[in-house]
This record gives sequence, structure tokens and C-alpha cells, in this order.
Amino acid sequence: MGWIGDTVDSVKSIQIRQLLTQAVSLGMIVTSALIIWKALMCITGSESPVVVVLSGSMEPGFKRGDILFLHMSKDPIRTGEIVVFNVDGREIPIVHRVIKVHERQDTGEVDVLTKGDNNYGDDRLLYAQGQLWLQRHHIMGRAVGFLPYVGWVTIIMTEKPIIKYILIGALGLLVITSKD
Amino acid sequence: MHSFGYRANAVLTFALTILALMCAIASFSDNFNFPSPSAEIQIVGFNGFKKKPHGNDEVSLTMNITADLQSLFTWNTKQLFIFVAAEYETPQNSLNQVSLWDAIILAKEHAKFWIQTKNKYRFVDQGSNLRGKDFNLTLHWHVMPKTGKMFADKLVMSGFRIPEEHR
Repeated sequence: MGWIGDTVDSVKSIQIRQLLTQAVSLGMIVTSALIIWKALMCITGSESPVVVVLSGSMEPGFKRGDILFLHMSKDPIRTGEIVVFNVDGREIPIVHRVIKVHERQDTGEVDVLTKGDNNYGDDRLLYAQGQLWLQRHHIMGRAVGFLPYVGWVTIIMTEKPIIKYILIGALGLLVITSKD
Repeated sequence: MHSFGYRANAVLTFALTILALMCAIASFSDNFNFPSPSAEIQIVGFNGFKKKPHGNDEVSLTMNITADLQSLFTWNTKQLFIFVAAEYETPQNSLNQVSLWDAIILAKEHAKFWIQTKNKYRFVDQGSNLRGKDFNLTLHWHVMPKTGKMFADKLVMSGFRIPEEHR
């Protein structure tokens, strides 16, 4: 009866082995994605190196669903640059163009005013109440590169979570059922 | 090995790789365009001078803009964003840039133009330094690509002056 026990053992060990390999490869995928993201953060100096355009306020230049690559350097901010900024009390950052810059003589601090290309007026209505200018610390980065349409993937996933769950489920099933 | 899923995955991956490569090449090809844009701005007149309640000077003016920016267009160009900014220095600020007028050019045919316009955005100083102020007018352009890297450059025109006395 020894050979039956041997076979059972070998089958068990194979399954454990397979399970471990799958777990490791899944871990590799997740960590490599994380590594790429963090590396991009280091290279670009921006806390979110890639942003998806969510509104049409910069049309026809940037449409909803386009992707922007950001860069945050020490270079001073100048008019015409497209910057991504956070306003106190607003969660979602805004991508607009700088139309006015006043740089202080003594401290080098800047006062910046922005406007969306497709908006009629400047952004003072979007800023916090009573805020007339953006300062350096509001600005997360400036747009340097552009890729159309790709951002729709994330827009669809955040607005229709069901699709996200179906996709994750299907991928998970694929990983589990795939041989070698 | 040759299941439907495997093949679909291979086709999708290959298609995306080729697409990404084509985007990269299209963006890279912009580097071989050496544009020679020309522009001229004349100030026709100053229309008014206002001193705002909290002390900021405001000027309004009319200008003539002539430009030929056709050479900036390549096959990867989606649009040209151009604007004219007044640039000057004040005792308080080492640099003031105030955008006065802007436009979006979508086609090469429209990149050679002449326009007479008032300032579209308000020319307001931080403080009251605009009387008799010397300033530059700079034509900036931002080339927005269909895909890839964005380019920007400018032409500086100096020697403008806001008069001391206004009607």
C-alpha cells in the first residue's frame, strides 16, 4: 500500500508547488507595477507623475480621457505652462494654463493665476474663497507630455466599478486555471 | 499552448507594443523640424488708465499683431496655443508676466495672420507701478502634439512704454 501514499504525496507536493509559483508570479506583477510607479515619482519629482484629464476645460488641446505626463523641476513657473494644482478644500487636482506670474524680488516667491483654455474666465472662482493667487506649494507639476485616449480605461473603471470587478475576476480565474 | 486566450493575448500585446512604438516615433520626429517663426507687435494706442480702490494700476491698450507661425506645424501637431504677455520689472517684483491676449490655431493655413485687438485679459499690476513703465511684449507659443512631447518657445519684443499721462 506504500505506493498509494507516495502518489498522494507527490500530487499534493505538485499542487503546493504550483500554488506557490502562482503566488510568487502574482506578487512579482504587483511589485513591479509599484516599482515602476515609484521610480517615475523619483525621476519626475512629482508625487503623481501621470494624470488623467477629467474635464473639457482645456479643449481642444486636452480632452477627457487623455493622459498627461508631469514633471516637477526647480525651474521657476512662467506664463503659458500647463500646471497641475491642488486647491485647499478640493480633492481633485486641476490641470490649467498659467496666464499671470508675479515673482517677488526679495523672497523669490511667486503669485500665479491660471485659466482653462476652454473656459471664459480665469480660475479665481475655482480657488478657495478669497484666494486670488496660487503659490508654489499648490502646484504639483507641469505637463510635459501627452498621450490621447489611454486614460479612458481608468475613467471607465472608476465610474463603472462592475466592469472593474468583472475584469479582476476574469484575470484571477485565468491565473488560477492556467497550466504552467 | 495554442488556445484562444493565449492567441488573443499575444495579438493584443503585439498591437499595443506597435502602437506605443509608433507614438514614440511620431513624437521623436518632431525633433527634426527646425521652425523659423516671425512675428511683430505694434501698440496702436492706450485706451485708458484706472487706479483700483486697493491701489492696483490697470491699463487697457490696443495692439496690432502680425505673425507667420506656419513653420511650427508638423504632422504630429494638433494645435498651436499662442499668447502675448507683457513682461516688466517693478521694485517689489523681479518679474511680472501678464497675459494680454491668446488664441488657439488648429490648422497650418491659419498660422499666418494679422489681427488688431484690445487686450483680452486685464492688464493689472500688483501695486501701482504702471505709469511711465517700460515693458516687453512677448509672443509665446506652445505646440501641442497629437501625441508625445510638448514644445514651447517665444519671441521677445522690447521697447514699449506706458505713457505718464492718460486721457
